[in-house]
Amino acid sequence: MNFLSLFVLVPVLMMAGLFLSKTRNQILTVMTVGASVLMILSAIVTYMYLTERAAGNVAEMLFTADTIWYAPFNIHYSVGIDGISVAMLILSSIIVFTGVFASWKIDPLPKEFFLWFALLSIGVYGFFISIDLFTMFMYYEIALIPMYLLIGVWGSGNKEYAAMKLTLMLMGGSALLLVGILGIYYTSGGTTMNLLELAKSSIPVDAQYYLFPLVFMGFGVLGALFPFHTWSPDGHASAPTAVSMLHAGVLMKLGGYGCFRVAIYLMPQASHELAWIFLILTGISVVYGAFGAIHQTDLKYINAYSSVSHCGLVLFAILMLNETAMTGAMMQMLSHGLMTALFFALIGMIYGRTHTRDIRLMGGLMKVVPFLGVSYVIAGMASLGLPSLSGFVAEMTIFVGSFQETDTFHRVLTIAACASIVITAVYILRVVGKILMGPIQDSHHLELKDASWFERLSVIVLIVSIFALGSAPFWISNMIHDSVLPVVGQIIK
Amino acid sequence: MDYSSFLQMNDELSLIAVMLILLVFDIFAGEKSLKYFQPLALILFIVHTILNCIPRQSFECAGGMYQYVPMLTYIKTILNVGTLIVLLQAHNYLNIDTHRIRKGEFYFITLSTLLGMYFMVSAGHFLSFFIGLETASIPMATLVAFDKRNRKSAEASAKYILSAVFASSISLFGISLIYGTTGTLYFNDLPSLLSVNPLQTMALVFFCVGLFFKISLAPFHLWTPDVYEGAQTNITSYLSVISKGAAVFVLFTLLVKVFGNMISNWQPIIYALAVMSITIANIFAIRQQNIKRFLAFSSISQAGYILLAIISGTALGMASLVYFVLVYMFSNLAAFGVVTIIENKSKKLNINDYDALYQTNPKLSFVMMIALFSLAGIPPFAGFFSKFFIFSAAAEQGFYVLVFIALLNTIISLYYYLIVVKAMFLNKNENPIEPITSDLPIKVSLVICTIAIILIGLFSNIYEHINLLSFGL
Repeated sequence: MNFLSLFVLVPVLMMAGLFLSKTRNQILTVMTVGASVLMILSAIVTYMYLTERAAGNVAEMLFTADTIWYAPFNIHYSVGIDGISVAMLILSSIIVFTGVFASWKIDPLPKEFFLWFALLSIGVYGFFISIDLFTMFMYYEIALIPMYLLIGVWGSGNKEYAAMKLTLMLMGGSALLLVGILGIYYTSGGTTMNLLELAKSSIPVDAQYYLFPLVFMGFGVLGALFPFHTWSPDGHASAPTAVSMLHAGVLMKLGGYGCFRVAIYLMPQASHELAWIFLILTGISVVYGAFGAIHQTDLKYINAYSSVSHCGLVLFAILMLNETAMTGAMMQMLSHGLMTALFFALIGMIYGRTHTRDIRLMGGLMKVVPFLGVSYVIAGMASLGLPSLSGFVAEMTIFVGSFQETDTFHRVLTIAACASIVITAVYILRVVGKILMGPIQDSHHLELKDASWFERLSVIVLIVSIFALGSAPFWISNMIHDSVLPVVGQIIK
Repeated sequence: MDYSSFLQMNDELSLIAVMLILLVFDIFAGEKSLKYFQPLALILFIVHTILNCIPRQSFECAGGMYQYVPMLTYIKTILNVGTLIVLLQAHNYLNIDTHRIRKGEFYFITLSTLLGMYFMVSAGHFLSFFIGLETASIPMATLVAFDKRNRKSAEASAKYILSAVFASSISLFGISLIYGTTGTLYFNDLPSLLSVNPLQTMALVFFCVGLFFKISLAPFHLWTPDVYEGAQTNITSYLSVISKGAAVFVLFTLLVKVFGNMISNWQPIIYALAVMSITIANIFAIRQQNIKRFLAFSSISQAGYILLAIISGTALGMASLVYFVLVYMFSNLAAFGVVTIIENKSKKLNINDYDALYQTNPKLSFVMMIALFSLAGIPPFAGFFSKFFIFSAAAEQGFYVLVFIALLNTIISLYYYLIVVKAMFLNKNENPIEPITSDLPIKVSLVICTIAIILIGLFSNIYEHINLLSFGL
């Protein structure tokens, strides 16, 4: 156990605090304090990480700690972080923090809501700090199950169907994953579940051919890999605001992170040979998601399909298997996490006021709720990749990286994926034009109030982060780039 | 013959002592002192459990008819704890007027089945094994019929005894074939005499059928839903956990210790049964309306998962099996405990009746949810760990396809467990079950189960203790 475990311990303490609290104020105090502590913690970890690296520590994972847990299966509780985990921890902390404020008025059963919310964040944080396959898998599953109740109880629309579909599909993914993990463990000799050590011992190539697709698909389900993305639109559309934020913002990143850290890192030969299959699938995700978004009229569905497209781009870039594209993929995870969380937060706030998410029934909202309107435009601009916002940095890096692969197959796919930028612009501008500009559709909308303080806080934190990532990307992209190198090194080796 | 060696059978002797004390007390106690019966019984049983929970040295007595290995202490302790929880849960039911004077019977019969299981697990000879098996199953039939005025119970009991006797006789036929081909029934002598020849293969198949029936594996499971539904709920939980737990352990030890040479024969059988049990039970469980039938099918599929540990035949497999039984016991007993409370209060047994239970009985719904999640194998509850170990034990021997099939089935099982969770948390209900305040004993039992479900997985010591004593091929 070292200080990294605090990321798991703090949410546990939050849960304990929630158990004891009685009034709404107490609940919100516990959550705010907990989320702030996590935020500060991630800032401290980032600082420590950067100083350690500046001091010349070139170990792949820093701050590692290792405790034997189940000796007969070589299961250890091992933690450690590299640049990518640090980036993901920052992202998770921002989203958890803003998520708490976005669900300030949650009703009914606020206590239960935040209990599940805290459990979800345990899973997310635990996943990013683990370097042991078993604990990674355990945290992955811990993050899945609260979703069912969060969507089922506090969601809207066709929530029971959506919750069930999401849970079962993600559990299906984790079933594939478990077979893959057991396969990795036993074919590598059955001596360790530690990622770093597994990377040194080589898995036989013929076993890799079976295991790579299992693991990649297992994580890919969560990363909205076509054709396993169908849980995502329904799930996101039905989920309550904070859960959509956390799910699209962080949980879907578990998929990309897992593909990168487990599938490609441990099985470089197979990933080199089989990447083309998944490149095609992710290419479809990217374009199809964007086209799907054009056709939707429900704000949340639009954003959910846009997430499919953007998360598809993450997996797409990872599969390019070169360092620039992979760095771009990690940047895209960060950037998409922030902007999609902002989108879902804003959509939740708009829905809370207008009680509809149908874009045909809204219009001219910029006049009545200028704060929300402007923020929505900013989120949209980030999504379609305006320079100085985060989306530009990420997508630029991805496409530069993808163009480095010079053969026809990669070129064609890259160009197809680039087309998604144009389509993204179409659906973003369409929504902005429809709901924010033009005449007001519904006279009731004239009486709407603009954002309250806690909503503003949540939105401003996200916007500032998006600007920060877009304007000063180098410290974080360098950090990620250094950590991508060992994985790329595996492939070349 | 040296009778002093019989004194080594501590567990059995102390259980018999408990039974006799209770029997005498029940006969001679007047109406007034009858109210001390249950506290006395529970205390005696707890003392018995504690006295016998330390593993000893291996030994044989009765000329090899009785064999003790340290692992047996863990098995018996698990059975004891399970029985204790069942007794706690039955406490309230036995205080109802019609059953008040029959408490003694209930305890005596329950403990005699337990005694039978003790002899069954520690048998060193096929005859002592068979006697143990029958001692366990015949009183079980009377237990199923305990609520004798209830037609369903009577029917269930008749069904149980007929099919149990049929299964036992097939088993006995298998034993006779073994004797016919080898000339001995001692477990120690048999392994070298058994090999893959047609008659002995038949013997193996016939013999195992009796145990498959006890464990209620598909296609020998048809009695299970009816009996589970008809029997009184506490007895159902006893059937589903204790008698199943003892039987799977015996199946493992016999396949490994006695039929070890015939592994190429029994592995395909176990493979097929595992796939069938898990799949069939899961598909049927989806359609159940009655919560007891639902839990019956769930327990059949859980038994199928246990076979994944048996098929490996390794020491790792045995440790995973014992651990799985331990976790399954707590999870299942927690679920049955909630069912008992609700049945005692409202007589409602349909899954629909659980709609909106969370609004009126949040604690009960919480316990039920944890129990179901543990059965489904969701972390951080213990069920996740026990399932992982079982899959791991099977994967170690290269049964990846089987593991994959089992894992796909966990998705189906998650679906039907979620149906109940959905009923409790999501559904609306015009007249939900009213708030229930339950008695102390059953509360204690639920608290024990809940704590165990949450903590057993997180602390690895228990598994490692079990692993130290386990043995395999």
